[in-house]
Order: sequence, then structure tokens, then C-alpha cells
Amino acid sequence: MKFFSQSRRTAVALMSLALGAAGTAVLMRSAQTASAATSATQPAIAISHYSFQPGALTVTKGSTVTWINKDEDVHTIKSTDGPEAFGSPALDNGNRFGFTFHRAGTYHYVCSVHPYMRGTIVVR
Amino acid sequence: MSKVVGSGGMGRRQAMKHLLWGGAGIVWTFAGGVPRALRLGGDATAGEMRGFSFGQISDSHIGFKAGAHPSAQDTLTEAVARMAAQKPSFVIHTGDVSHLSTGDQFATAADIMQGVKRDVFYVPGEHDTIGDDGKLFFQRFGRGHGTGGWYSFDAHGVHFVGLVNVLKLTQTGLGWFGPEQLRWLDEDLRRRSASTPIVVFTHMPMWSIYPQWGWGTEDAAPALAALRRFGSVTILNGHIHQVIQKVEGNMTYHTAYSTAFPQPSPGAGPGPGPLQVPADKLKTLLGIRHLDVVADRVALTDTTLAG
Repeated sequence: MKFFSQSRRTAVALMSLALGAAGTAVLMRSAQTASAATSATQPAIAISHYSFQPGALTVTKGSTVTWINKDEDVHTIKSTDGPEAFGSPALDNGNRFGFTFHRAGTYHYVCSVHPYMRGTIVVR
Repeated sequence: MSKVVGSGGMGRRQAMKHLLWGGAGIVWTFAGGVPRALRLGGDATAGEMRGFSFGQISDSHIGFKAGAHPSAQDTLTEAVARMAAQKPSFVIHTGDVSHLSTGDQFATAADIMQGVKRDVFYVPGEHDTIGDDGKLFFQRFGRGHGTGGWYSFDAHGVHFVGLVNVLKLTQTGLGWFGPEQLRWLDEDLRRRSASTPIVVFTHMPMWSIYPQWGWGTEDAAPALAALRRFGSVTILNGHIHQVIQKVEGNMTYHTAYSTAFPQPSPGAGPGPGPLQVPADKLKTLLGIRHLDVVADRVALTDTTLAG
């Protein structure tokens, strides 16, 4: 399994947005099957037709949210405000990005390539 | 009627070919499809063309792949071969060189672009600046003396300006130059006489084509105001993967074909993603541009890869 974490991969190190110390981020390639990192109980957000689906999601503290790019175009996840900053590298079709939320609050994020794509995560 | 104006090694068999005179007069011709011509003064033909020419390649998206779509490397290689045959003085690349802003994709693109055997002047697209504000792009392709990556140069009496409008997109996804670049542009243009032909090239359109998809530049107005006093202004961009023109006084605006994949007409469909077309139609929607400069006029010829 290909597992990308901020400490190990330069692709993630290139992100202009520093990941919060408490957060963990994973980028998974399409070739892999859903595995331990994204168990069935973890929330997922589809990136489809230039929108985040669902656009607003409420999760409990400690949840890992996974985004899956189902579009042919490239998208990213980039937080704009919230208790922690998070951001993905470029996600090609089929790529996934995961982030674990350790702090309660409301997070807003966009796709940096198409900033009109907006989403909200509420962590309780 | 269809007056085919050939140049370089191009034949008459392209599925679609048109020519547009910018600046003082306009001529449109189509070869193939429905012929259509509009002429506003001037009576130039290919034989009368003297001056120099340059080429435009755009949106090569190296790294893009989807289903049975041919690789973006292959279609760029084909585009480069066609451009080399036209023997332009130099080439501009109006951005989205890569699909994912990776070093490998930039290296591959640079290797393929060497095939034009000419100097290439690049500006970045938003696909070239993902995650690192264009650091890798500018390391390889940068010409700018400042931090922002914009620059200008003169060739054969024409002043060329390469602008960067993808480093900070607006909340609606529109391009943005920013005050520092606009101040630089104002200063750069101030030193030129109004009779100097100007060619501006940047990635995102400088007029509002479809703002809902970010097809425009939020702060283009001050740049256009600074350009308005010139007698011949040609504005070239990529980003929307199709040819759309607009004429406004002495200023002509031209979007360009991609060499990788087409995009939908403005507003057609849920978003500006790759347009799915039958395999045998794809190359009629990819292409390159050849620009002949004669005196203060720029004649554009768009050629598809289907010819």
C-alpha cells in the first residue's frame, strides 16, 4: 500500500500550507483498495462535478475524513480557516486525501485550483 | 469564398484553419467547414507576408490521462513537430505546461518542447503552481527578474509582455495579477511609444468569458487601461482549451487550443472539465497557433492536429 504522510513524502512537503502538528494527512493512490486507513465507518467526501459531496459534514473529534476525487480534473483540499490548517497536494482522478481532526470547531476549505468549490467540516 | 493563407509547412487539408488579422485590419478565413471571411482593410496574402513569425502552444497538461485518451506527451510531441515545421522565430507557451506541477512532468515537457528547436517563453497556468506557488515551474522555465515571474522582451520591433495571473485566484476562481504586477506593467508600457505593437501573453483570459468557471481575470481592467493607448495590441491566453476571439478597438483577444484535451463551451455542463469526445474527433479539437507579424499587424493561424 502506498501511504503518503507529511514526514515521508516530498509531494506533501511541497504544500504551501503547513499541516497542523496535531493533524495527520494521507494521500492514497487509486490503485489501492480501501484499507485500514479508510474503514467503512470513517466519513468520506466525494469530489464530483466540481463540488464537494456532501458540502457540509459533521464528525466527532478524532475522525479521519477522506476526500476522493471522482472528477477527471485535478482538485486540491486547502483549509481557509478553522482550529487546524490542512491541505492536500494535487489530487488526480481517483486519488484520495485523508485528514484526522483532533480539535473541535468549524473548518472551511476550498479547492485551490477551483476556489469556487467550497466545503465545511464541523468537528464536535 | 475561402481564401486560404498558408504559411510555413502547413497545407490546405487541415480540418479547420482560420486566420485573423489583429491590429489595423481583420481577415478571417476558414479552410474546411463553412468558409467565412471578414476583411476590414488591408489586402494581404501569404505571398505579401514579410516580417517574422512566432508560435503559440498552450495547455500541454503533461501527466494528464483519462481512459482511452492518448497521452498528453504524445499529442504535445505531435504539436511540437508541426510547430517546428512552421519554423517560427520563437515560441510562447501560455501555461498549464504540466497537469500536477511535478518536477517529472516539467522535465518531460521541457524535453518535448526542445523539439521546436527555438527559444520558448513560458508563463504558468494554475496547474503549474499547485502547492508550491510555482517554485518548480519558475526554477525551470522562469524568465522573470522579480519574484512574481512576469517579464517583457522585444523582438523585431514588437514588445512582448508575459504576465502571471494564476498565483492567487480569487474566491470565484478568477485570475488575479495583483497591484505589484500592475504597477510593473504600467511602468514597462510607459516607456514605449503608442506605435509599438504590443503582444501580451498570459494563462487565464483577460476578459470575462465565463466567470462562473473562473474564465476571466478579476483585476484585468487596469492592465487593459494601460494597453489602450497603443495602436496594435494582441492578447493571447490559454486556459479554456478552445479558440475564442474578441475584438475591442485596437485590441484583439485570443484564447488558444490545448494540445492535450478540449473543454466544453462556456457554461455547457457542470464544470470546465475535460470534454469527452469520440476518439476520431479528438484531434480536431487540439491544436497550435502560428502568428505572422507584418508591420504592426499580427495574423493568427490556428491549426488543429487533425490536418
